[in-house]
Amino acid sequence: MRTTITVNGTARTLDVDPRTTLLDALREHLGLTGSKKGCDHGQCGACTVLVNGVRINSCLSILAMHDGDQVTTIEGLGQPGALHPVQQAFLERDALQCGYCTPGQICSTVGMLQEAADGWASKETADLSAPTALTDAEIRERMSGNICRCSAYPQILAAIRDLAGEVA
Amino acid sequence: MKPFTYERAADAKAAVKAVAENPGAKFLAGGTNLLDLMKLEIETPTHLVDVGRLPFAGIEATDEGGLRIGGAMTNAKLAAHPKVRELYPVLARAILAGASGQLRNKATTAGNLLQRTRCDYFYDTAKPCNKREPGSGCSAIGGPGGYGAIFGASEACIATHTSDMAVALTALDASVETMTPDGGARTIKVEALHRLPGASPQVETDLAAGELITAVVLPPPPAGGQAYAKVRDRASYAHGLAMVAVAGGRVAFGAVAHKPWRAEKAEAALAAGASAAEAASAEVAGADADDRRAHKIALVRRLAAATIEDAGSAR
Repeated sequence: MRTTITVNGTARTLDVDPRTTLLDALREHLGLTGSKKGCDHGQCGACTVLVNGVRINSCLSILAMHDGDQVTTIEGLGQPGALHPVQQAFLERDALQCGYCTPGQICSTVGMLQEAADGWASKETADLSAPTALTDAEIRERMSGNICRCSAYPQILAAIRDLAGEVA
Repeated sequence: MKPFTYERAADAKAAVKAVAENPGAKFLAGGTNLLDLMKLEIETPTHLVDVGRLPFAGIEATDEGGLRIGGAMTNAKLAAHPKVRELYPVLARAILAGASGQLRNKATTAGNLLQRTRCDYFYDTAKPCNKREPGSGCSAIGGPGGYGAIFGASEACIATHTSDMAVALTALDASVETMTPDGGARTIKVEALHRLPGASPQVETDLAAGELITAVVLPPPPAGGQAYAKVRDRASYAHGLAMVAVAGGRVAFGAVAHKPWRAEKAEAALAAGASAAEAASAEVAGADADDRRAHKIALVRRLAAATIEDAGSAR
């Protein structure tokens, strides 16, 4: 199955078994091991990447579905010396312990901040017709698809709170 | 995962033909439920027909004053749509109560309706399950769990339909539009789309093999308030133990039956002037559960009463 995707700005063509998930294509075929395989069932969020700017679970997608898509992984957001603002905020707030969930947390945060900037509501939004401030309750709800088994949640929340002021 | 072949459908007719003619084929849209089940080898299609990029991802006003939602529209975009938020808040609330941000960005309107149960025993391939292996028995009956059905269950199956969105669509009297295997079109009420389990719980809807949901149609918003409520084991990103949607005089429950459950007895009571609590009691008088799920009847009764009250004050 021949599929072409653009990963972090570079077009890549792969000819792989249709069973290959987007996550496995990134990790095993393209050597981009930043995206992590946690549960492999969409429950933990460690595999979160941005596809055409939108956050998804790359483990619950097969590569073939993404022909022509633009994929951004943690490696494409920033690199040492030129960190993405979300990476920088996680660093400053020490928003991790083991770090396994962190690439997914950061990609999810990037997507979530865009959703909030676009005015999307969440379960916590009281008034569906009004702009929403990213309160702590809003951040927790919007990030509930990313699990941190070290429980660095207070620091993750603090990092995102630092960024939330920029979109609210 | 079992091996399969993949094709991207050129158009809806080609997609319907490809699935109708091949008993091993399935439609693939968002894939968030199907691919998960394929990893567990609960679903073992030999061919996938990708309908995710067919031109059914938009939303438009209908001549009747409602909305037509494309079957391939993502749950996230549907919940974010200004008209849905303004006129059908129960639908936006229901969608936002389900899954995670990542999943809602991928899951589609049609796929959400056709998602399969999250019954623990359906997922446990070491256990008998009539839905997974017809005739093998039901492991859920007599077992623990607040996820089982209290309405319309059978001796073959007590699994529930877990969609939040479908509960709101049932309360809103929505319909699905499909393309049939002969290339024709038909319209089915959402409340008539899913079946009760009876003796064949593996058959979950009245759709023919290869029949494709192309759209969901909302009638004009009902007079009266709308409200949605869900209770679950954790505060976010968990399937519901019980859900209640109210839209005007219509009431629907979720996670209580093999299908989104329209609470007609509660509706009749409300129409006759009953209080919210009386209407909720009227519906659950018809509930049936063994001792291990008896708590769920009280849970649904209280949630229904509170949600009907909320909708009344939202008028």
